[in-house]
Amino acid sequence: MEFLAPSSLAEALEAKAAHPDAVPICGGTDVMVELNFDRRRPDHLLDLTRVPELAEWSVGAHPSDPSGASDASEFVRLGASVTYARVIRELSDRLPGLALAARTVGSPQIRNRGTVGGNLGAASPAGDSHPPLLAGGAEVELSSVRGTRLVPIDDFFTGPKQHAGAPDELITAVLSRATTGPQQFSKVGTRNAMVIAVTSLGLALHPDKGTVGVGIGSAAPTPVRASDAEGFLAAALDETGLWQSRNALPPSVATEFAVKVADAAAPIDDVRGTAAYRKHALTVLARRTLTWAWDDYRGSAA
Amino acid sequence: MRITAHVNGEVKQADDVWPGESLLHVLRERMGLPGSKNACEQGECGSCTVYLDGVPVCACLVAAGQAEGREIVTVEGLGTPEDLHPVQQAFLDAGAVQCGFCTPGLIVATHDLLTRDPGPDDAEIREALAGNLCRCTGYVKIIDAVQLAASRQRGEDRP
Repeated sequence: MEFLAPSSLAEALEAKAAHPDAVPICGGTDVMVELNFDRRRPDHLLDLTRVPELAEWSVGAHPSDPSGASDASEFVRLGASVTYARVIRELSDRLPGLALAARTVGSPQIRNRGTVGGNLGAASPAGDSHPPLLAGGAEVELSSVRGTRLVPIDDFFTGPKQHAGAPDELITAVLSRATTGPQQFSKVGTRNAMVIAVTSLGLALHPDKGTVGVGIGSAAPTPVRASDAEGFLAAALDETGLWQSRNALPPSVATEFAVKVADAAAPIDDVRGTAAYRKHALTVLARRTLTWAWDDYRGSAA
Repeated sequence: MRITAHVNGEVKQADDVWPGESLLHVLRERMGLPGSKNACEQGECGSCTVYLDGVPVCACLVAAGQAEGREIVTVEGLGTPEDLHPVQQAFLDAGAVQCGFCTPGLIVATHDLLTRDPGPDDAEIREALAGNLCRCTGYVKIIDAVQLAASRQRGEDRP
């Protein structure tokens, strides 16, 4: 095994082009487990911890529209090697859903090393950062010596632990619109730390656009968006004038929303839980996160 | 590959390191520092917690090459048998050491907590130590030990 330690993004992309089989490693919280247990013996390890470009985050217009002419939203470009600990410390204001999810990752030691880029690379159906990224409509930046492209998060997960990146590409960043409304995250597990989600849910309200985002984890072969639930809730809020009035949410709306969230799931029975339990838990998480988010929205009225 | 790192204030070198081995293996088997314990090898138990560039991490999840040139502090770097760190003394005094296997990781995690927060409450202690398992289940005494170390550091309870 050869250890590749590039010190710039250009070097890292060249290394990945020269060795497409190289396994990228950053916090090591997934890759090292596979090495320690002899489950994987790649010919090359590609260490990304010395690539400064990946360790930064910035705020600006969308790269496809640098002047911000068509969308005045603020976008966060989160470098792939920014740790969960830094997301919590530095981005709780702009990406609150992702920061809430980051708080539930592993333990302090894991959050000090684990990264959102690594979570995307592992592409586990249970990855904690995936539901909020789905709810926020994020895009994944994939780079190679051939260039850089943005893949909508909906198209990124192609199967269990499979993603849309090509062998010569590296995940270099995630692009997500900074929050314009309440965001929530909730996760079911057996304790408050070191838990792989039995099931999880990220919810984002986008009052400026009159839309809703819902992503669910550990509920299907990949993390998925609950599109019907999103459409139902956005329409219900719109038809009843609730975005403007900020009145209490009718319980029937929350109940129907929860049913539609569970309908988006295609879960399995496994060691962490049964499919039936996961569907039930999703209805609870959906009602709970919607109640929290709507209370936030009502409380934030100017 | 050769690994050179600053470990407990000294420059240490290890040769013939397999690139896929963990920092924990390098520390224990090549640098003669067996204080950090090897238990789960998957970041679940925290027994191998060390400081890497000032941040507590599981040494079993750091690839050896990632430690090149970095600053590492293990439990051996916090105190010596003749001159225990106040956190170590508090663990002994509070009866927080049973089989002792989890203790080095807990000492490092507690050291980090008290550096950041000299007066944690029990909930904050549980959160800070959530990545460290004690299979003797001595958690009540461990929390007592953290509180004892904190009060001594604040000068309220001299040993």
